[in-house]
Amino acid sequence: MVRFVNLTLAGITQGAVFAAVALALVLIWRATRVVNFAQGGMLMFTTFLAWTVVHDGGSYWLALGVALASGLVIGAVAERVLVRPVEGGPPLNAVIVTLGLYVLLQAAAGMIWGDTPHSYPPAFTIKGLSAGGTRLLLSPFDLFVIGAVALVMAALTVLFVRTGLGLKLRAAAFAPEIARLQGVRVGRMLTLGWALAALVGSLAGVLIAPSVFVGPSQFDAMLVFGFTAAVIGGLDSPAGAVAGGLLLGCALSYVSGYISSDLVTFGALAALITVLMVRPNGLFAARTGRRV
Amino acid sequence: MGALRLTLVRHLAGAAAGLVALYVLTTSVGPYRDLQIAQAAYLTCAVAGLTVLTGLGGQISLGHGAFMAVGAYTAALVSAHWGWPLAAMLAAAAVVTALAGVLVGAVAARLQGPYLAGATLAFAVGLPGLANYSHLTGLLGGQNGLTVTPPVPPAALGETFPLERWQAWIACLGAVVTLFLLANLTGGRFGRTLRAGRDDEIAAALCGLRVARLRIAATVVSAACAGLAGGLLAVVATLAAPGAFPLTLSLQLIAAVIIGGLGTLPGAVWGALILVFVPSWASDAASSSGLSHDVASNLPLAIYGLVLIAVTLAFPRGLQGGLRGIGGAARRRLPPSVRRFAPGGGAPGVPATHRGGADEPTTDQASVPDPEGAGGRDDDGGGGAGGRGERLRR
Repeated sequence: MVRFVNLTLAGITQGAVFAAVALALVLIWRATRVVNFAQGGMLMFTTFLAWTVVHDGGSYWLALGVALASGLVIGAVAERVLVRPVEGGPPLNAVIVTLGLYVLLQAAAGMIWGDTPHSYPPAFTIKGLSAGGTRLLLSPFDLFVIGAVALVMAALTVLFVRTGLGLKLRAAAFAPEIARLQGVRVGRMLTLGWALAALVGSLAGVLIAPSVFVGPSQFDAMLVFGFTAAVIGGLDSPAGAVAGGLLLGCALSYVSGYISSDLVTFGALAALITVLMVRPNGLFAARTGRRV
Repeated sequence: MGALRLTLVRHLAGAAAGLVALYVLTTSVGPYRDLQIAQAAYLTCAVAGLTVLTGLGGQISLGHGAFMAVGAYTAALVSAHWGWPLAAMLAAAAVVTALAGVLVGAVAARLQGPYLAGATLAFAVGLPGLANYSHLTGLLGGQNGLTVTPPVPPAALGETFPLERWQAWIACLGAVVTLFLLANLTGGRFGRTLRAGRDDEIAAALCGLRVARLRIAATVVSAACAGLAGGLLAVVATLAAPGAFPLTLSLQLIAAVIIGGLGTLPGAVWGALILVFVPSWASDAASSSGLSHDVASNLPLAIYGLVLIAVTLAFPRGLQGGLRGIGGAARRRLPPSVRRFAPGGGAPGVPATHRGGADEPTTDQASVPDPEGAGGRDDDGGGGAGGRGERLRR
């Protein structure tokens, strides 16, 4: 029983990070109908920037701020410079452009910081908390991870649901032409959407960095699991991204704890296929009719 | 009937010309280039299969690297345990992978766009991971993989015949045969119905096509090509190991499809050539430039990324589409009497408006122009549906 609780706790922590990456992908998918394969590269690059700050003696919080700010910039630049020309074209072309950006970022990081992974300090201790004499697989840092992701989700929800800017962002994503007629600068909104998504991604990068280390290809699995989580939840639903992330995190934790840690990626495949066979558009997809 | 024979003869002639050209090429270069030609050849098999699935079938797959892994492991296993000869080994690789394709295709036929992309992505990552599972390491060799006995060149070729050239010949023969079969397959009924199912699933179903079955068939064909490619990889690399099938391989294959030109077989060749020769050229350039180790070792990757972005931005329809565009522009300058014999813009290639499949059906329908304005002129009151039916019967 303790084992089950521990695995669930570890799964929730891991799932929170997956949820953040999934949310980054969902935000971009909703805004521009592009699956952003560069997300893994973008969060890798921002985490490297944060690592540089920590390495040069800066505090953890300064590094986190640098990562988030650089995430905003990278996201906005990527949309404006690379994705804008292929928007409205064949969707696979946009995918290939983001793939190219991912490769480019990976190469750039390797050139600047080298290919050997570096360790990254956690914000708080990673020693597990105890409850009634049993050591739990939940540390203060894990609580911070869950809290940070929850905070960002809440902030995004407020932004999208409660503010005029959020309304414009949603309008630009769902009905760009009508939004444009109403005076919304759709292009600007799309750029902002990408920037916000990259910000969420860069948070995920900094949060997961202590356990995966910082290297040019250390975050590839994050993209795969984040994308899997987004697909499980349904790519159109931010709530689905969060649910998908937590579900996937727990599922992988059980696979790794009860069966074998070698089967984690296979477990992700099995979880995804199971969900998609029951609901081909993810758990939280809105019912869409097909026009005949 | 005449047209059929003509097509067949044309494809045969193309295959023969390709073989002669490859013979001349492989015999005139050294072992290192021969090995690269072999790599490009087996990648051509996989990319050609993928371009049929994605370009004509409209089903994206980010998991073809996993199919290649299935093929490579099959080839390694039958050769190690039963000592099958080369041809039987490659055939087994293709057949077993085709069977895997039935399974994947049955799952994939239900899915669309990014959901399919996600499922196949998980497939690409999950399947090679199985090799590391402790209960399977005895069979699959774990991280080190399985070694494959290198093929022995026939004694008739002489004592000093280089192994790499023999491997290149095997791989090139495989690629040419694959391209020949795919060219015939996609030029006929199979390709036509596949395109119909891609462009309008509902209209195709109304015409009596079983779209789900078609898609499964396309996945099977595509998987068989990837399996053959994997088998050839095992022969060329003399190794089948999980490290040879990372996620990047699958992503490179789909990138090659788009760069070459979605749905065109010549485009598949272009894409495979870029996959092999751009990084190799870049690493040659980097190693001779005297840059620091970190920069030099990552320069090929950077150039590869730049090429991906630049080609996609400059040629939205791929290199083959770009070449066709240039050819069309040149032809338009010729006098009309000459132009009459040139294949027109209405040739049944991949329409520029095809959106791959990663989008909603409704926007797709809106973006496909109605050829000949059939919907507007229809008198039977069928409206838009009539127009779409018209397009299918074309």
